[in-house]
Amino acid sequence: MDLGQINDAINGDRRSLARTLSAIENGSININDVKQNVKITNKLQAPNWQSLAITGAPGVGKSCLIDKLLSIWAGSGLKIALLAIDPSSPRTGGALLGDRVRITSVDDESLKDNIYIRSIATRKSSGNVPLIVADMVDFLHVAGWERVVIETVGSGQSEVRCAAIADRIVVVEGPARGDGVQAEKAGLLELADAVIVNKSDLSGAEKHAEELLESFELGLGDAPPVMLTSALNENGVAEAASVLLDLPDSGRSVRARWRERLLAHYERKILESPKLDDILSSLAIGSISIDDALNTLGGR
Amino acid sequence: MGNNLRIVIAKPGLDGHDRGAKVVARTLRDAGHEVIYTGLRRTAKQIVETVRDEDARFLGLSSLSGAHNHLFPRVCELLIEEGLSDVIVFGGGIIPEDDRPALFSSGIKAIFGPGTPTDEILEFIDTASGMNDVGVGAKNDWHWQSAA
Repeated sequence: MDLGQINDAINGDRRSLARTLSAIENGSININDVKQNVKITNKLQAPNWQSLAITGAPGVGKSCLIDKLLSIWAGSGLKIALLAIDPSSPRTGGALLGDRVRITSVDDESLKDNIYIRSIATRKSSGNVPLIVADMVDFLHVAGWERVVIETVGSGQSEVRCAAIADRIVVVEGPARGDGVQAEKAGLLELADAVIVNKSDLSGAEKHAEELLESFELGLGDAPPVMLTSALNENGVAEAASVLLDLPDSGRSVRARWRERLLAHYERKILESPKLDDILSSLAIGSISIDDALNTLGGR
Repeated sequence: MGNNLRIVIAKPGLDGHDRGAKVVARTLRDAGHEVIYTGLRRTAKQIVETVRDEDARFLGLSSLSGAHNHLFPRVCELLIEEGLSDVIVFGGGIIPEDDRPALFSSGIKAIFGPGTPTDEILEFIDTASGMNDVGVGAKNDWHWQSAA
C-alpha cells in the first residue's frame, strides 16, 4: 500500500486520488486497511446523504441532468464526485466509457476544483453498479468529497442493485413511457426515494408525472417526490437540485433494499473467490454440478 | 482479457471529424481495454485533466483539422507539467510526414495515418505497455515505426 500516495490523495492531489481509486478498483488495496492506516483529517459534517444513485432507462437524459445538477451543487460550494458507470463487454472485458461527452460542468474553471468525475466499467459484475464502487465512494469521503453521485448503467430493472450501495436512489424517467410498461418499471420505482420526469419540454411528460404520482399514492407509505425537469432548457432543475440535496430516506421498501444489498454482496463473494476459475472449468466439463459449485463457493 | 488498460481517446481543438477516433476507441474496447472518450472540441488542458482524473495509462489524440503541430505538443507539455510524464501518448489523423519528427520529439510515441490497420494500433499498445520509460516525458527518442 502506497501510504504516501494515499495521503497525497487525502490532501487534495487529484492524480493521487485517481491512482488510489484505481488501486481500490483493482483490489490491490483494501479500503479498511486504508482507513486504519491514515489519519483522517477531513472531518466531514454528516450530511443528509453521502451517496446518491441516479438511475433510469437509456436515453431519458440522465447524463445531461446530472451535468446540470453538478453545476448547481458545485456552484454552491459543495465538493461533489461523480462515478459514472458504463457496461463492460462480457465477451472481451473491454468498455467504452462515454459519459464525459455530455458532462461539461467539470470544464468550467470556476467549478472544476469542486467536481471530480471518474468513469467506471462494470467489469466482471453482472449488475449495473459493481459493488467495489461502494469502497470507492468510501475513499472519496475520506478524501473530503462530501457527496458522491453514482450514475448507473442505463437499463431496465437490473439497476435495482444500485440500492446495495447508495444512501438514496433517484429514478429518472422520460415522457410518454406508455401505460404498458408501468408494471415492468415497478421493481425500480418501488425503491425510489425520488422520481424525476425529465424532458418536460416534450409532450406527455406532465401526464406521465401525474400517473406516477397516482400510482405511488395507491401504494403503502408516503409517496416519494415526483419532479418535472427539462435538463435541456434547465427548467425545474434548480428546484430538483435543492429537493435532492435534502432528500430524506423514504423508508420505503427497507427489506427489498437489504435483499438487493445481500444479493450484491453474495455475488461479489462468488466473483472474488479464488476457487471460481477451477469451479467454472469443472462445470464446463461436467465433473461437478451446480449444487456442488454452490456448496464450495458458499464456504460450507 | 485481464490485461485491460485505461485509455483516453481525445479530440483536441476545433475539429468535428470523429469517425477515426470512434474506430480506434471501438478497436481498443474490443481488445479488452477500458476506453474513455472525451467527445469533440476539447482544449489541451481539459484533455490533460481528464487523463489525470481517469488515471489513464495511454492517451490517443485525433486531429484532422491541421492544427496538430500546435495542439499535440501543447498536450504533451501540459502532461509533463501536471506530473503525468509516464502517460504514453499516440496520435492519429491527417498528419503529414514532414510534421512527424517534431511531434515525436515533443513526446508523441506513435502516429497513425489513414489506412493504418487497427491491428497495428493494438500492437503498438501491447509493445509500449511492456516497455519502461516510454511515457511522454521519457528521455529517449524511441517511437513506433508505422507501416502505413
